[in-house]
Amino acid sequence: MNVDSEQIVTVDHLSKIFKVGFWGRRVTAVDELSLDVRRGEIYGFLGPNGAGKTTTIKMLMGLIYPSRGTARLFGRPVGDQAAKAKVGFLPESPYFYDYLTSREFLRFYGHLFGLLGATLDKRIDELLELVGMTHARDLQLRKFSKGMLQRVGIAQALINDPELVILDEPMSGLDPIGRKEVRDLIVRLKESGKTVMFSSHILHDAELLCDRVAMIMKGKLVACGQVSELIDHGTTQEVEMVVDRLSPEGIEELRPLAIKTLLHGERVMAIFGSQRQVDEALDVLRVHKAKLVSLIPHKASLEDLFIRKAQGVQQVVEVHA
Amino acid sequence: MKVLSIAFNTFRENLRDKLLYNLLIFALLMIGSSLVLMRLTLGEFHRLILDIGLGSINFFGVLIAIFVGIGLVSKEIEKKTIYTIISKPVARFQFLLGKYVGLSLTLLINTAVMACGLLAVLSMQDVPIHAVLFKALIMIVVEFMVITAVALLFSTFSSATFSAIFTLALYVIGHLTPDLKAFGEKMGGVGKTILEGMYYILPNLDRFNLKGHVTHQLDVSTGDLLAIGAYGMAYTTFLLTLASIVFQRRDFR
Ligand SMILES: Nc1ncnc2c1ncn2[C@@H]1O[C@H](COP(=O)(O)OP(=O)(O)OP(=O)(O)O)[C@@H](O)[C@H]1O
Ligand SMILES: [Mg+2]
Repeated sequence: MNVDSEQIVTVDHLSKIFKVGFWGRRVTAVDELSLDVRRGEIYGFLGPNGAGKTTTIKMLMGLIYPSRGTARLFGRPVGDQAAKAKVGFLPESPYFYDYLTSREFLRFYGHLFGLLGATLDKRIDELLELVGMTHARDLQLRKFSKGMLQRVGIAQALINDPELVILDEPMSGLDPIGRKEVRDLIVRLKESGKTVMFSSHILHDAELLCDRVAMIMKGKLVACGQVSELIDHGTTQEVEMVVDRLSPEGIEELRPLAIKTLLHGERVMAIFGSQRQVDEALDVLRVHKAKLVSLIPHKASLEDLFIRKAQGVQQVVEVHA
Repeated sequence: MKVLSIAFNTFRENLRDKLLYNLLIFALLMIGSSLVLMRLTLGEFHRLILDIGLGSINFFGVLIAIFVGIGLVSKEIEKKTIYTIISKPVARFQFLLGKYVGLSLTLLINTAVMACGLLAVLSMQDVPIHAVLFKALIMIVVEFMVITAVALLFSTFSSATFSAIFTLALYVIGHLTPDLKAFGEKMGGVGKTILEGMYYILPNLDRFNLKGHVTHQLDVSTGDLLAIGAYGMAYTTFLLTLASIVFQRRDFR
């Protein structure tokens, strides 16, 4: 699995400070961010609104310049023409030349990669088919709905059969069917050997798709790694236990072990934060001859991690304020 | 190749712009209006037709250059269409050059259409057509190229509205540069230095104006023509280089 470790995107202590307003107030949009995307993986770039996802992606695409730090694509500095030739990019809520039809639009973008003639036309037909826009191929883009634009946007990102696809909020503006289609498409891209990096604040999508994710808040990296790893380490796996016929002494022994205990007549419900506590609780049940009704682990999600991290960031900010 | 694709797309964008047609129709109406005016004015009507005709071509061409030209880059940034272009293997200067060539093509064709209108009016009125008329038309196109480059330069760093104002101001001042120098001479001191500096830095657009030669049927030598043309090209190159440098450094945010 040596191939897997090849770094396609390398971000090293990247910062971007915007000067806003008349007085040039400084806003740190991205703060000492480091991450890497490896060949063949689906990489989720997560964070709440205003976290700095788009800003980072714009630096990767050479649209804005970093204030500090470096970013590389395929080992080359961003903005390098050879590197850009191997990348497909979908900007956030894309805007395109609205006086063009989908086909004219894709043909123009194909030309920018030096694609021509019948090869290009064939590629365009395939792509329109792929994103389900064949019916609108001769319609001017100004007549498109948001979701339709998003689809054509994805088509343009794939026109050069890129090795790396960078998508900024690819699911936004799409209906549930469209979102599923995009998810399927991302999986298919991975299957055909491509590397996909996408930003999102829809954690469910990321959880389903990503090999690895990075989570940023206020421009800083707060978590990164494999999804399963992050969930296991970053959150506590809670277990819910339901018990019948537990004696009052038993309940008193159970209470300190659990995070929370609820009494419902004969029935006791308790939530535990670790496996060790569950084991001890089971011992208590055995000693007091109670009846175990159910023992259900609550699957933690990225969302739990996200919310915990968000609270953490807020606390830090409050301390400084 | 990439520059040409962008140029062609710009040209196509211009062709789908209603503003362009409105300006063109107005220009043709102005040129045609001399048919009516002529009957009202006795004598010297040849000169009047040429004067109005060339004046209209120049005026409307400049309007097209400015109002279509300023949108070239600033609109792409405001509408964020530039994101998907710059992220493709296209260097920023290639993008600028493509935009410039595209609009120049639009202007060339527009000037040709307006010139055809003028020639039609002239032949209808039996006005003799001299070679100097074509020389004047070529110089008008050269002037458009300089003004387009000015509009492009401004639109690489300011909004469409400001670019329009700046370019229009520069167009007006550019036609007054000899006066600047003369005025400076009278003022003396610091004022003289400043005005003379402006005289040398700003484009001397009046050099491209051969209307007087046409109406008075004075020929312009090829050498003079080449010198003026070279001046226009040099100035354009200077403006485009400056625009590229500004454009290369900026953030698209
Ligand atoms: N052009 C700009 N000028 C000034 N500040 C900016 C600019 N663009 C972004 N910012 C600031 O940078 C921060 C990060 O913005 P960014 O658009 O990167 O967030 P994001 O993670 O993409 O959010 P979202 O999920 O809403 O798209 C925000 O605080 C924003 O206000
Ligand atoms: Mg964003």
